[in-house]
Amino acid sequence: MENIVQNLQTVPLNHYILFSTLIFSIGVIGVLIRRNMIIMMMSIELMLNAVNLLLAAFSVHHGDSSGQVFVFFIMALAAAEVAVGLAIIIMVYRNTKSVDIDALNKLRW
Amino acid sequence: MSLFYVVALLSTFFALMTIFTKNPVHSVLYLVITFFTFTVHYILLNAQFLAVVNFIVYMGAIMVLFLFVLMLLNMNEDVEPMKSTLVKVMAVIAGCCLFVTVCGALHLFDTQTPLIEKDPSIGLVKNLGQVLFKEFLLPFELSSLLLLTAMVGAVLLAKKEPKRI
Amino acid sequence: MLAFIWLIPLLPLLGFIINGLGQRSFSKSFIGILASGAVFASFILSVAVFSDVWSARQAGEEAVFTQEIFEWFAVGDLQVSLTFLVDPLSSIMLLIITGIGFLIHLYAIGYMKHDAGFGKFFAYLNLFIFFMLLLVLGSNYLVLFIGWEGVGLCSYLLIGFWYTNPRYASAAKKAFVMNRIGDLGFLLALFFIFGTFGTLEYAGIFSAAKDFPMGDITLLTITLLLFIAATGKSAQIPLFTWLPDAMAGPTPVSALIHAATMVTAGIYLIARSNILFTLSPITLQLITIIGLATALLGAIIALTQTDIKKVLAYSTVSQLGYMFVGLGVGAFTGAFFHVITHAFFKALLFLGAGSVIHAMSDEQDMRKMGALKKSLPITFSTMLIGTIAIAGIPPFSGFFSKDEILAYAYAAHPIYWVLGFLAALCTAFYMFRLIFLTFYGSFRGTASQQEHLHESPASMTIPLIILAILAMVGGFLNVPEALGGGHALANFLAPIFADSAAIKAAPTIAHSTEYLLMGVSVVGALVMAGYAYFLFVKKADIPSEERSGMAKLSYHKFYIDELYDWLLVNPLKWSSQVFYTVVERLGIDGLVNGIGRGIGGAGRTVRLLQSGYITFYLFMMVLGVILLFVYGLVSI
Repeated sequence: MENIVQNLQTVPLNHYILFSTLIFSIGVIGVLIRRNMIIMMMSIELMLNAVNLLLAAFSVHHGDSSGQVFVFFIMALAAAEVAVGLAIIIMVYRNTKSVDIDALNKLRW
Repeated sequence: MSLFYVVALLSTFFALMTIFTKNPVHSVLYLVITFFTFTVHYILLNAQFLAVVNFIVYMGAIMVLFLFVLMLLNMNEDVEPMKSTLVKVMAVIAGCCLFVTVCGALHLFDTQTPLIEKDPSIGLVKNLGQVLFKEFLLPFELSSLLLLTAMVGAVLLAKKEPKRI
Repeated sequence: MLAFIWLIPLLPLLGFIINGLGQRSFSKSFIGILASGAVFASFILSVAVFSDVWSARQAGEEAVFTQEIFEWFAVGDLQVSLTFLVDPLSSIMLLIITGIGFLIHLYAIGYMKHDAGFGKFFAYLNLFIFFMLLLVLGSNYLVLFIGWEGVGLCSYLLIGFWYTNPRYASAAKKAFVMNRIGDLGFLLALFFIFGTFGTLEYAGIFSAAKDFPMGDITLLTITLLLFIAATGKSAQIPLFTWLPDAMAGPTPVSALIHAATMVTAGIYLIARSNILFTLSPITLQLITIIGLATALLGAIIALTQTDIKKVLAYSTVSQLGYMFVGLGVGAFTGAFFHVITHAFFKALLFLGAGSVIHAMSDEQDMRKMGALKKSLPITFSTMLIGTIAIAGIPPFSGFFSKDEILAYAYAAHPIYWVLGFLAALCTAFYMFRLIFLTFYGSFRGTASQQEHLHESPASMTIPLIILAILAMVGGFLNVPEALGGGHALANFLAPIFADSAAIKAAPTIAHSTEYLLMGVSVVGALVMAGYAYFLFVKKADIPSEERSGMAKLSYHKFYIDELYDWLLVNPLKWSSQVFYTVVERLGIDGLVNGIGRGIGGAGRTVRLLQSGYITFYLFMMVLGVILLFVYGLVSI
């Protein structure tokens, strides 16, 4: 325990932010380059996690546990989102026999 | 080298693998590993409750849900739709731009101060439980409603339509 | 009975509403009875009201009764109420409108029996009666103006009653537009009156006007504008050309609106505002000149017309000119007396003409008539009475009213009398010409017309007979002193014109001069009648198409319509064409369509962005986020 705390104190807060940004950007890239809707949703999860980590880091930094409670709620929300999102994907698959996002191109004039 | 940098490197690597692997099943597995590294991060931050929840909910529940769907839809490398290289390059450039701009924005604030753990006990289950059931009781209960709604919604959506008479 | 004044205009309005709504479902006899019944009830009430006023006058009172129905609106200093005013002037107008209106309703039941628009016709007639009553009953200029506009509307509706004929429809439009010009004058006059006196009520205006100096410039403006309004409604130069065209309407309409009532609204307006006019001698001068010119012009044109209704129409124009002469020379009572007698004999003549047209299967050209005396005895005798009355042969009504005006004209200036006398000569000539061409000589129509010749039904002849009696005895309302009369009408109307009389006393004419003037005009009329007899019965000189000199000018109505076309209509048409092609099509349309096309084009271009590919939208979103960050960075 001591060791961990010791360890922690050598890392600047800035690096946590950079790391989270990096993971978030990777999530964005994932959403942009993939056509499989399931993978896109996974990338969104990646972004959510990046934000979660940052929230936890700031919570520790400020000594305020609200940040961690927030992470908890985000996780609950993510669970709900994934459940509904995947159900929608299944519906889409049933109708188009594909999970290709470009099959859903009806959203236009 | 601090343990943080090792784990961060691993997280970044597996995250990249997640989005660049062609086989969706492998993607999911890489994501699981990424999430595992995040659990390690939480432990490093002494946020034990979050580490456990992340482990159970994300890796245990959500990712398994993904895997199930993949199997249900019978996905594999052969049917995986891929974008053209041009779009991929553009997407990577866009992502990098985002990263660079956010980093640029960060540099305006002087946040070189090291992370100081003021109260090591805030991440503990006991402490968080206190906060959760005192200050955040109403949102906590509401989140249960949210989950119930999501469950009903998911069942309704995924259910096969009854045959029209 | 004065408590029931409000019922007088309300009954015709009810008749209009019921008939208007049920014109398709009610039977013709019901419609006819309802419409005439409503007017007859109004007539009975009017008689009752008149008798009250009469007895009040006999008792030496001013006999002015008002009844406020409700306050219409109050804006700042302007308070306008719908108030009915009954005084000697309006009570007589009530009698004329409802009495003659009822007779014409009765006549129209027979005349319009075979018309498809029977219900519509009676609804319009009732509406007209309502507006006309509103016009004379209003106690302020605004209510008068409502009636004024309302009768204009009804006139339009009834002239264009057979609107499927484009010629009739355009005659209706012409009447409406020409009246509009006059109405503009009225509206401006209203503004001036309110600006000057701060009220629109007669009582307030006239009592305030008394204190104005003679020839005041504001009063001059107001009276000129009111006179413009009167020229429009009462068909004076230069706005008279609509009246002859208005003969496109059914004959009862011509009799009621374009002879007996509506066209006298201008006279009523000026008689009502007499104090304002008395204080503006320039306007009176102008009224006299315009009136004389109209009287002569109308009479000369009537000399050569061949359409029986056109003759009567120009005769109406001419007689209206007479009335204006009367107003102009200060013979307000005389002018109003002429309104009454003219209503009798001109309504009679029009209805008689309608009866002739009816018998001749809608033939209006006098050259194709003749020798109708035998087949239409009642029509002939009544029309002859009307003709004698209008020609001014004693003891029929026209003689008295016309000579009163002429006497005043002589007192104002002998030249006025000469011109008026000339017009009277023409009147006698063209009226006897009409009688001789129509009823004497040999029949010039087709054989089938001759077979169908018949006297009109009782519902048409009874009004004729009643009107003929009125035309005979109407003159005794106001027998001049010179003939041993008591000036009954003048005494009755005295309070109305009291203020004017106080400023400008009636001229005194020696009885010998008056006898001379009467004698000359009677002899002149008889000579003209004889000349007409000689020309059209003895020589049987049926007018032909070919004419020359003055006759041609007169036959073509002095080319006044053409002059107006050339002077006003064509430049307007031309300029509107220019405005249409240049301003409207190129300018406004170009601008509007250009904007529309521009937006449409922009939309067509921009909507290409909406490709439907979600990835694309995501790209744009990320781009937007990046831009936001960059903006944040730059702005810091």
